[in-house]
Amino acid sequence: MINAGDTAWVLISSALVLLMTPGLAFFYGGMVRRKNVLSILMQCLIIMSALSVQWVLFGYSLSFAPADGFWGGFSWLGLNGVGLEPYGDYAGTIPHQAFMIFQAMFAVITPALIIGAFAERMKFSAFFAFTLLWATFVYDPLCHWVWGMGGWLRNMGALDFAGGTVVHINAGIAALVTAIVLGRRSNLDKNVPTPHNMPFVVLGTALLWFGWFGFNAGSALAANGIAVNAFVVTNTAAAAAGLSWALIEWMRNGKPTIFGVCSGAVAGLVAITPAAGFVGVIPAVIIGVLVSVFCFISVTVVKPLFGYDDSLDAFGVHCVGGIWGALATGLFASKLVNPAGADGLFFGNPKQFLIQLATVGITIVYTAVVTLLIYKLVDIFIGVRVDEKTEAMGLDLTQHHERAYTVLE
Amino acid sequence: MKLVIAIIQPHKLEEVKEELYKSDINLITVSEVLGHGRQMGVAEVYRGAKETGNLLRKVRLEIAVNDNFVEPAVKAIIKGAKTGEIGDGKIFVLDLQECVRIRTEEKGSKAIG
Repeated sequence: MINAGDTAWVLISSALVLLMTPGLAFFYGGMVRRKNVLSILMQCLIIMSALSVQWVLFGYSLSFAPADGFWGGFSWLGLNGVGLEPYGDYAGTIPHQAFMIFQAMFAVITPALIIGAFAERMKFSAFFAFTLLWATFVYDPLCHWVWGMGGWLRNMGALDFAGGTVVHINAGIAALVTAIVLGRRSNLDKNVPTPHNMPFVVLGTALLWFGWFGFNAGSALAANGIAVNAFVVTNTAAAAAGLSWALIEWMRNGKPTIFGVCSGAVAGLVAITPAAGFVGVIPAVIIGVLVSVFCFISVTVVKPLFGYDDSLDAFGVHCVGGIWGALATGLFASKLVNPAGADGLFFGNPKQFLIQLATVGITIVYTAVVTLLIYKLVDIFIGVRVDEKTEAMGLDLTQHHERAYTVLE
Repeated sequence: MKLVIAIIQPHKLEEVKEELYKSDINLITVSEVLGHGRQMGVAEVYRGAKETGNLLRKVRLEIAVNDNFVEPAVKAIIKGAKTGEIGDGKIFVLDLQECVRIRTEEKGSKAIG
């Protein structure tokens, strides 16, 4: 039975999640030097275009068509059989295509998150090939395992409400791998790049925060109490994390920064994602406050220590925040919040924490290995990194023949 | 006293700065300018309309030096900025009549360093 309220909410949520990708474009775009801002916006926008097509042609089928194997089946290629009647195993009260288009937005934003790791030094052609292969061979299978009918992680009982594992850990690990194999940007030590447009970072954060209500509350796939719970804990965790990051900076560096609040808020949104439908509001505060501690350590201590150039902290925020969120779900999940979920460690079910831990581990290993293979493949055929002169001139002019800002006129 | 003005490729700024530091020249002023030389540059394309012959982005350095530092300054700029291609830029050396350090009101060679 199609429910009008549920359908309306899922459609609105799909639009909200779509908006996150241009939001991310501004969030990342503000952080790079101005000679590269268009390359970031372009990468995000081409992902919106290319993956929306990939998804309806075969991505949705590989991810969600019922099957026990590596991918979902091929039965829904070209949305064959994905109609306007509900498909009960995923969402019984909305048209199947509403579920499909909601999921499309997740498939779009996940590879876009990785951009933060290889910003300012990757060839556009290589990026394009890498992204399509990654979406097909990393995102689609993992999405199937965790969310698809017949997916083995789903059958194992892993809880991932809105994509902490499938989206954030997945993209975050891919980010770390690409940052390491691609190498550091040149001249990094002598010329520390500063964000060229901090108001863009704030704009991007605002759009992400706004869109995230669709991401998390929309994942209830209904206009119901679970959606409201997800909405409330999402806002709470983002707020707690933004506050927490600012306070950490204030204590450690003497001044809180707007960049810090933005980083914290996004980290909080990441961390609450897997937990949003399973935890209450007090755990959300705890998740938010602590995620900033972990991510702050990751980007200010761990990154310099190992020297990988995760340019815009795609790993440091999304993977670290995502892992904390996935594990926190195993700690704080409660059937009092969502009877269809499970109890976590603090509610007497330590097994859930172990399931979460195993899921995180499996994701990390699978994604790291396959991302590396795809990277090497693209490097052999196209060459991933731009040469030094191109890097110095900037990707906007060299990859797209455009520039963001004029000097006169 | 001389004033050395150099117009260079923006992406060569870091290398030029480094070469200048190596020659003990630390006081420079940098600005972004637009210029028109012989270089056609990388063409920008907007919705299929190719624009060439535009004013190109350059970086302008100004360095005030005592006479014995002119040669090292010019050499350093060349070393950092030269690629051998059209568009590398130019260096101008001008006589400098006076130099005053505002803080101390020192004048001449003392004020330059």
